[in-house]
Amino acid sequence: MDFDWIRIPYALLTLFIVFNYGLLLNALIAKIAARVGRRHGIPIWQNYIDLIKNYGLRSSITHGAMYYLGPVFRLSGGVGLLLFVPTIHGSLMFANLSFAGDLILALYFVFFGTLGMALGAGESGHPHAAIGISRGLSQVTAAELPFALAVFSVALQYQTLSVSEIVAAQQGGMLNWTLFTNPFAVAAAMLSFLGSMMRPPFDVVIAPQEIPIGPPTEYHSSYLALMQTNRAIFPIAKVVVYMNLFFGGATSWPLFCVKVFLIYMVSVLVGVVFPRFRVEQSVRWFLVWALPLGVVAILLV
Amino acid sequence: MKEELEKRVVKGPDGVEFEVDPLRDYYCQSAPTVMPPAYIKIVEELFNWARAESIWILGFGTGCGAIEMRPLMTPRFDAYRYGIQWRPTPRQANLFVISGYLSVKTLKRAIRSYEQMQNPKYVVGLGSCTINGGMYWDSYNTIKRLDDYLPVDLYITGCMPRPEALLAGFQELKRLIRAGQAEGANRYAEQFEWYKANQKRVIHDWDMPDYNW
Ligand code: SF4
Repeated sequence: MDFDWIRIPYALLTLFIVFNYGLLLNALIAKIAARVGRRHGIPIWQNYIDLIKNYGLRSSITHGAMYYLGPVFRLSGGVGLLLFVPTIHGSLMFANLSFAGDLILALYFVFFGTLGMALGAGESGHPHAAIGISRGLSQVTAAELPFALAVFSVALQYQTLSVSEIVAAQQGGMLNWTLFTNPFAVAAAMLSFLGSMMRPPFDVVIAPQEIPIGPPTEYHSSYLALMQTNRAIFPIAKVVVYMNLFFGGATSWPLFCVKVFLIYMVSVLVGVVFPRFRVEQSVRWFLVWALPLGVVAILLV
Repeated sequence: MKEELEKRVVKGPDGVEFEVDPLRDYYCQSAPTVMPPAYIKIVEELFNWARAESIWILGFGTGCGAIEMRPLMTPRFDAYRYGIQWRPTPRQANLFVISGYLSVKTLKRAIRSYEQMQNPKYVVGLGSCTINGGMYWDSYNTIKRLDDYLPVDLYITGCMPRPEALLAGFQELKRLIRAGQAEGANRYAEQFEWYKANQKRVIHDWDMPDYNW
């Protein structure tokens, strides 16, 4: 197989754009949430400053090798997810390293970071980290089920496992989007999307108040900065997957920005309106509401 | 010394017996080291600016003054717009606000939390209790001068200071950080013996390692 080496710098360029977009978008969303609470909110560039500061802290301590690898796994989960799905449809430059069957790989990467984090935070030995992880894994697993069903349904519908081909099949008008051709799959996936974005009502994992922020309790300095980097990349990467599968992909960067913002806003809107679920409530919620939709989606195809 | 901190012999699941000395085995005993600014001037200035604009406060309230920190998160005062945020864990915090009188019992927790924070870290004393004991000046159970026990960068006076005073204090702290003068963590490391002697003089049931990382 011959490989176009130029794709690597192009992929890095995508990464760079998405990273900056992610940092700004996260700040913007924090600002929107603050405005809902009638506050002024953080400055839009606050995330950059936090990042520089955390990389600039002088001391850091480690709890062992897995602890060290946790944020690295997490970041590679985000970067991997982004790199193996095409960001901009029809552009050779930003097709990244996508290939036939990348859909399965993307599914895997969505879960990869969580697992890495679980191992790393487990080694930090902090009880709050352990609580956060057990909550996180059960919730993410429950949220992942409807998403997996929806993805299989979409794969069956288009008879392919390649994200680019799925996007290509949806071109030519809004009515070709999976949103309209397979609404049940999209509904199931969007419900699961709420669960995996770590916003209320499903943010009990990082529970900012009761168990000090869950898995990352012991993380600081550059470890935390790595995780913040991932915070910028991973949600965008996940939204990109959703955009490609269900909302017709994007053919240019402006369209990309608008679509990602709108999809992200779904979880934000839900988040500022609803209070938080406990873990068993959210697991039940996913099984009762989202899972049947996924099953229906598979049956209908 | 508490019972669970005493040396004991433990039998493992595979039947091997071994000795555990919690204070030595569960904690790292090495003293803090001085960490001078490591980079060239311009990088260090960039970092100082970032440190000043991104202050993460440890959510730990000690005296009555703690109640004056809460309004800062609300729409009326909204400290977030100055880059000030609250973190629930000492590992990620940079600023420790001692918000009022410190009883000896709380001092112990404050010291442990302070030592778990990462260099560079700052301490702000809030209210007259941290300066000279305030209205608890003759109490048998509170410390009088915070500076004897932890390296204070800045005091905010009043009993109790209004949230506006806190905001003004934070702006002053930012100026200190930007100027590279907020080196409390290094002072603590340099004068470690002195601080420890002071702390041990008031804390009688000292059942923790000398330095918690
Ligand atoms: S300075 Fe006044 S308000 Fe603050 S802790 Fe002391 S007595 Fe309370």
